[in-house]
Amino acid sequence: MTPGGGERVEGATAHARGSFAQAWACAVAGTSYVAWGPAELAGYLLGLTDRLVDLLVADDFDTAPAVQVGADLVAAHFTGTETLSRSLVVLREGLPPLVRDCAPSDLTSRLTRAMGALAGGYAAALRERALDEQDEIRRAMFEAHRQAERRLAVSEARFHTMFTEAAIGIAIGDLGGNITEANPTLLKMFGYTAEEFTRRNVSEMVHPDDAPSVWQSYEELVAGRRDHFRVEKRFFRADGGVIWTHLTVSLVRDEAGAPAYQVAMLEDITERHRLQSELEHLAYHDPLTGLPNRALLSKRLAEIFSRPRTNHRIGLCFMDLDGFKAVNDSQGHDVGDQLLRAVATLLDRCCGPGQLVARMGGDEFVILIDSTTTLSQVVTLAEKILAAVALPVRLGGHELTVTASIGIVEQPVAATTPADLMSAADITLYWAKRKGKGRYEVFDRDRVEDEIAAYTLSATMPAAIERNEFFVEYQPLVSLADEALCGVEALVRWQHPTYGLLTPNRFIGLAEETGGIVPLGGWVLATACAQARQWRDQFGESAPFVSVNLAPRQLQEPGLVSEVAAILADTGLPPRQLQLELTEQAVMSDEPGPLQALGALNEIGVRLAIDDFGTGYSNLSYLRRLPVHALKLDGSFAEGLRRADSPNAADEQIVSALVTLAHALDLTVTAEGVETATQLQRLRALGCDTGQGWYLARPGPPQQISAMLRRGCSNVNADATTNHACSHQSS
Amino acid sequence: MESPSWAPVEVDVDRPSAARVYDYYLGGSHNFAVDREMARLAVGLWPDLPQIMQANRAFLRRAVRYLASQGITQFLDIGSGIPTVGNVHEVAQAAAPDARVVYVDIDPVAVAHSRAILVGDDRTDVVHADLRDVESVLGDSRTARLLDLSRPVGVLMVALLHFVPAEANPAGLLARYRAAMAPGSYLVVSHATHEGQPDEAGEHTALYQRTGTPMTMRSRAEVDGLFDGFDLVAPGVVFLPSWRPEPGALPDAHPERYSGFAAVGRRR
Ligand SMILES: C[S@@+](CC[C@H](N)C(=O)[O-])C[C@H]1O[C@@H](n2cnc3c(N)ncnc32)[C@H](O)[C@@H]1O
Repeated sequence: MTPGGGERVEGATAHARGSFAQAWACAVAGTSYVAWGPAELAGYLLGLTDRLVDLLVADDFDTAPAVQVGADLVAAHFTGTETLSRSLVVLREGLPPLVRDCAPSDLTSRLTRAMGALAGGYAAALRERALDEQDEIRRAMFEAHRQAERRLAVSEARFHTMFTEAAIGIAIGDLGGNITEANPTLLKMFGYTAEEFTRRNVSEMVHPDDAPSVWQSYEELVAGRRDHFRVEKRFFRADGGVIWTHLTVSLVRDEAGAPAYQVAMLEDITERHRLQSELEHLAYHDPLTGLPNRALLSKRLAEIFSRPRTNHRIGLCFMDLDGFKAVNDSQGHDVGDQLLRAVATLLDRCCGPGQLVARMGGDEFVILIDSTTTLSQVVTLAEKILAAVALPVRLGGHELTVTASIGIVEQPVAATTPADLMSAADITLYWAKRKGKGRYEVFDRDRVEDEIAAYTLSATMPAAIERNEFFVEYQPLVSLADEALCGVEALVRWQHPTYGLLTPNRFIGLAEETGGIVPLGGWVLATACAQARQWRDQFGESAPFVSVNLAPRQLQEPGLVSEVAAILADTGLPPRQLQLELTEQAVMSDEPGPLQALGALNEIGVRLAIDDFGTGYSNLSYLRRLPVHALKLDGSFAEGLRRADSPNAADEQIVSALVTLAHALDLTVTAEGVETATQLQRLRALGCDTGQGWYLARPGPPQQISAMLRRGCSNVNADATTNHACSHQSS
Repeated sequence: MESPSWAPVEVDVDRPSAARVYDYYLGGSHNFAVDREMARLAVGLWPDLPQIMQANRAFLRRAVRYLASQGITQFLDIGSGIPTVGNVHEVAQAAAPDARVVYVDIDPVAVAHSRAILVGDDRTDVVHADLRDVESVLGDSRTARLLDLSRPVGVLMVALLHFVPAEANPAGLLARYRAAMAPGSYLVVSHATHEGQPDEAGEHTALYQRTGTPMTMRSRAEVDGLFDGFDLVAPGVVFLPSWRPEPGALPDAHPERYSGFAAVGRRR
């Protein structure tokens, strides 16, 4: 062998071996997983090929390297059994050509022995590896077990500590409700020994007041339909006492998810409950009478309104003792308190189930009647209460008789709210008081609405006087004979900042009730008198008299006469130039005050007129007794004479009769509401002295009157025929 | 931290485990009779299975090398199984000696085994956790010790997500992992599908009901959908052997026989 030739041979051999390794790689591809790409794989197999070729051509043939090659296949993770068989086939066929140049004579035998050794080495290594791996995985499994057990032990230790040391009671039971374990806290809570407890079954732990949902939840839990529930529940202790608990029951499932057992945790909340119910009682009851208080009433109302049934109606009596303050003042608070207690007792006795009696404070009580069918049901109860209260009571040696007033409301729940219901009852009680006490009144919504509007106005009236929101307009009173201006009626107006211009019918009625009329009336009187005086200064004898309305309430004021006198003195208006208009009701009062006032006013020289004559129940005889100077026929009479074609004969006759009567008594007659020429003619024909109405002149500012007067005449229609003021028959 | 579970995890060797069955397919002996029995049954129904598993493992290797070539030196291998051969840390450390790897698996035996093997390697560690418990995976002190999540990381979910049913909302889980990954990180996924060999895949799914980890096959579109927030690296979602094959490997005429999709995405 020459070196050069040897190199060539070497090169050719290397190439051949590379091709062989490639073929080997192909043959075993996919039979085992090795972590190599094709190039690395072929490289590895080439190394093995080299070793096998070396072994086959070695001077001393030894199979040991073949054994190692077998082992190295396994080391490379050629663990698939296919790998070995395919390798043997490839090697048997592919190795001889690689050693062709220097093949030993016993190549076949060498090959056979080498393959045997390789297979043996492979098998031994594979077995070794498998055993090692089995070992590893077993150890891993034991380790995993150990870990799991350690965790189990830790968690069991934790559980045990928790179970015994917990401040809450814990019980474990099977699905049949048999209690298998109970912790010390639970035993103490119930007063049983562990042995007694574990003899018990959950089903024996019913308390009569348990909500049905408790046991329903429990059934669902043990059936596996829910995993836990939480309730507040009462239990009986061993000694028969009752404990309140926060109970949480949880279902524990087995690995397959099937219900296995149950765990109950109980927190003792008895003390908290007792305190709470005590506080609740205090919060919801009146300490003096022991009756439920306003808060409880509100709560009950809220409950009722939060879930009304269909057609659910509710009744409420708002009661208040008449003159309780007087009792307190005259007999002392002690007696007052005793009286309240006595009333509380009898109210309680009058009311039955479904009726709640509450003390609202002071001498106010409310009776709530849930589920009423008719108003009369509530009225009957109110009557019963009024009768009971009216009976004399003996208190500390005294016999006391009181009465009460009641406001009644009875409404569908759906139509109101607790607040509206209460305020309705309150208003109604006020009506009952105003109507004379010792009685009941029934709520009427329309009435309230009118009152509210008026009330709002009246409340702001005194301030409005201050702010000069009121002003006076004057409407001429015209002599029907010559249509001359003889007087003016002062009419108050309110320029309200929000409602705009208001006429008296919007606010006088209420001012009358609230007493607001007194200052307002005084203001109007003073304003009108000052104005009349001004006209008198300007126009002398042709100035009109001024006619001012006087409310019944004003007539009752003791200071009225002196006030009128003072105003006349202040303004310097001759008393004859002032006419006061009163209604029939006002002058027909039985009380002596008003009559005396009328007399006194007459004395000063002020003229008096009956306003709206003919509307009320007119007892004509009083006209004789009273110092009255004029009648103002109500506008309704003029209304009857309005139509030219068919005048109302009856009205005509009445007017005629009234005029005759008035004249007989020396009274002037003024017709109100003259709105057409026809009416004017008729009323003139019927003998009315003066007229007032839109046809003649509308109310207007004082300048309008001044202008009339300035036109040089007192004739409202400016035909300048008259120079004379109205003739008053009485003057 | 040791998983602080109140109820301890059961070590159940009477049931086949996905990790050990997989080891068997790859020619390992880290398995028990139950595992082998199930594997033989599966192979009987679907003779290609061992090849499919090898293809999967080969994809894992190529993907780790690719990530290393992109400069990734830290890896989070979730569902790592039983290290047989060609493990992630070996492949990664061959490319970058300082590479660090955290293995995560739900199987307590696989975890114990991995720990035993990795004793003394302070650049690797093993976390016993459920992929679905993102907090436990990312919050584990071992993860924190080895991985710096403020820098790019390679997250491997190879042959794992088909063990996550739709109810567990895999997209939602991935979104949470993505949120923890720095931009430039990679996500490596391989996933069993019914699109290659529908009949076999169906039977196979049924068989896996027996293991503690039943299977959910997914379509190409579904696998693609898992990469929300990632840019897929070429060639995108492809059958296992078609993902960046080794130079010199013969092109496979029927890559769909491998019934698994492979893909790598880069976190935006
Ligand atoms: C088929 S092996 C894949 C092993 C490796 N990733 C590979 O592709 O070569 C799947 C592994 O995922 C694990 N696994 C399954 N579900 C898991 C989960 N929810 N969380 C963590 N690991 C899980 C199994 O225990 C098993 O070891």
